[in-house]
Amino acid sequence: MNVLVYLVPAAVGLGLIGLLAFLWALRSGQYSDIDGAALRVLSDEDIEK
Amino acid sequence: MSETLDLSHYAKPEADGTCGMDLAVEGVHCGACIARIEGAVKQLPGVTEARLNFTNRRLHVAWADGALAPAQILQTLEDAGYHGYPFAPLRAEEEEAAEARRLTRCLAVAGFAAMNIMLLSVSVWSGNASDITPETRDFFHWASALIALPAAAYAGRPFFASAWRALRARSLNMDVPISLGVILALAMSVVETAHHARDAYYDSAIMLLFFLLVGRALDHAMRRKTRAVAGNLAALRTETARRFDGDELVNVPVKALAAGDRLLVRPGERVPADGVVINGLSELDESLITGETARRKVGAGATVYAGSMNFSGALTLRVTAADRATLLDEIERLLEKAASAKSRTMRLADRAARVYAPMVHLTAALTFVGWWLAGASLHDAVVTAIAVLIITCPCALSLAIPAVQVVASGALFRAGVILNAGDAIERLAEADTIVFDKTGTLTLPEPRVTNAAAIVPEILQTAARLALSSGHPLAVALARETATRTPFEGVVEEPGQGVRALIDGAEARLGSAEFCSLTITPLIPAQAGIQGDGRGGDGLRPWVPASAGTNGIDSGASQIYFVHGERMASFVITQKLRPDAVEVAKALAGLGLELHILSGDRNDSVGPVAGALGIADWRAELKPAEKIALIDQFKEQGRRVLMVGDGLNDAPSLAAAHVSLSPISAAELTQAQADAVFLGEKLAPVLETISVARRARVLMQENLWFAAVYNAIAVPVAIAGAVTPLIAALAMSGSSISVTLNALRARGAKAARL
Repeated sequence: MNVLVYLVPAAVGLGLIGLLAFLWALRSGQYSDIDGAALRVLSDEDIEK
Repeated sequence: MSETLDLSHYAKPEADGTCGMDLAVEGVHCGACIARIEGAVKQLPGVTEARLNFTNRRLHVAWADGALAPAQILQTLEDAGYHGYPFAPLRAEEEEAAEARRLTRCLAVAGFAAMNIMLLSVSVWSGNASDITPETRDFFHWASALIALPAAAYAGRPFFASAWRALRARSLNMDVPISLGVILALAMSVVETAHHARDAYYDSAIMLLFFLLVGRALDHAMRRKTRAVAGNLAALRTETARRFDGDELVNVPVKALAAGDRLLVRPGERVPADGVVINGLSELDESLITGETARRKVGAGATVYAGSMNFSGALTLRVTAADRATLLDEIERLLEKAASAKSRTMRLADRAARVYAPMVHLTAALTFVGWWLAGASLHDAVVTAIAVLIITCPCALSLAIPAVQVVASGALFRAGVILNAGDAIERLAEADTIVFDKTGTLTLPEPRVTNAAAIVPEILQTAARLALSSGHPLAVALARETATRTPFEGVVEEPGQGVRALIDGAEARLGSAEFCSLTITPLIPAQAGIQGDGRGGDGLRPWVPASAGTNGIDSGASQIYFVHGERMASFVITQKLRPDAVEVAKALAGLGLELHILSGDRNDSVGPVAGALGIADWRAELKPAEKIALIDQFKEQGRRVLMVGDGLNDAPSLAAAHVSLSPISAAELTQAQADAVFLGEKLAPVLETISVARRARVLMQENLWFAAVYNAIAVPVAIAGAVTPLIAALAMSGSSISVTLNALRARGAKAARL
């Protein structure tokens, strides 16, 4: 039983990290061009030679 | 481009000393396009940023202020093989983007909270059935409260704000029972938790918010997508005008014009703004404004309106009203009146809310009073009443209509119909009478050659290729007949007369009869056409085109002539019916709709069109006010009128009708009045719109009935006090999901067969 006292907050905390990561991604515009991102990943233009 | 193009109107200075501009880019298909476009633009001196958004086909460019002229960017795109159109993002669009981000954040928070609370709740439910200790249960409940309260405060704001607005306006909407249910459920749960109770409703409250937010976010995303496409189309249509800056001619976007500017309008161009002719003589085609296809002669001192096509001579204008904001006074006045008189039809969802919300609150109150009178403790009576509120919380009901709207507008979007108004689907489904405008609506917006089939293909090709060199509307129409895009070399244009060039060693001329040295009297349109037999100069042989009666509309026809050595031809150019107009008219009538034509054009233009389409009720030579009067007359007879029109003269009628559609070629102001805009050359989207809308309406009603039946079953259970949190959760998600699944059936809505 006692183990729940820190396991439940730990689980919620981990979920919270996920939520914050999503909100950060949303704020930084990573969801503004979903189709483009799928194509850009294939492009080699940004590789420094 | 020989003249300079001034696009500074679109360049926006940004904080860090750079300038930014947004462009809608045409012809982007693949990943390679992204690299090519961004690469090319970044090569320009001073460009600090170039980023193409592939989802909405827009390019954002930033450059050090003053380092380059915006027109260079357009030229670079052109060289890379793409067309770019400068773009001023609409305010509404920016606000909607912000609203979408807000909704997504709320959705994320609600989703996170719902998952975690569900995890805790399932533990409690299974524990209640086995051997959970009261301490553990309390701990789980408090943990749920800790997650639920902040999450609801954050994610519930869209609903609370809307409910508050409604209450302040002394009315009820669906958000009132939602907010009340969520707040009471949470409050009761906290009180129950403090009393070490067995059950709490945190999960119900948060799940409710989550489901509703999913519905709203989807609805919003769909509307934003259609708006982005509409915005790009508007940018594509943005025209430039030639303005005199001193003695120099500068190309400027029409939006940058101001009253008092002097403009040059060449033959074949549209008048960019309302103005007065300073000098020049020409004929104007004002069909876009009045629906009249006969041309008007104008000279110095004449007033001209934006959107008219300049036919024969170059005109110099002084702008009286810029940016197309103003029109014929008459139209503007009528428009205002029609828009304000338009009876705000109450939306299905609001009607449902108005019946539903008081019923819910009354039922909850009666439950409380009933249990209390029956001798239950105050605590038990309150708990049961709140359980009723939670179970009746109109989750399914408030998803019932938006879900169908999202799916149906998606189906319409794929069919090439862009909805302007959210509730247009409901009104489209109610339409029982369709009023068509003729010019540009039943007919194609641009004139076409009607006797092409009767002309030797070789001659047609040569003439059409020669026509490429001229901007005259008739030549433009003729040029559409060829696939070649390379004009002949050394073509000379004689303004107002025609073009000539040396082709294969012989002079070719295209233009008026005099210009082609033909001394024939113009034939009547039905027999228009002469053709050399190609063997020698043994005379002109008139012929009767075989197809003139079927899809050629006789009146308003123009002719141009072509001479090449000894070969000759004449081309009849008229407004042509949309390719599928006859079939669509038949199918619409088959759906039980009554069809009418109300046109501003002359009787002898409208008659043949109505005849070809089999529409018996047609009126011509109508002024905008008369069109409205007729529509009002239909309305008085209890009809729901769908108006389909494109001219500026139709704008007030579109606003007056129950619901309206316009083709994408319509005047800007007309499009703004229409509830939906359809793309392409065909009339089929009208039919498709009606059938999708009707199907969607059936599904909406099904969903409302489903929600009602669900309540009829669940409410008695709740009143009896037998609802546990588990039952509430199951009932709520079950009904939401089944309503949403039912809405998905709108995807399969196929147009009625032609």
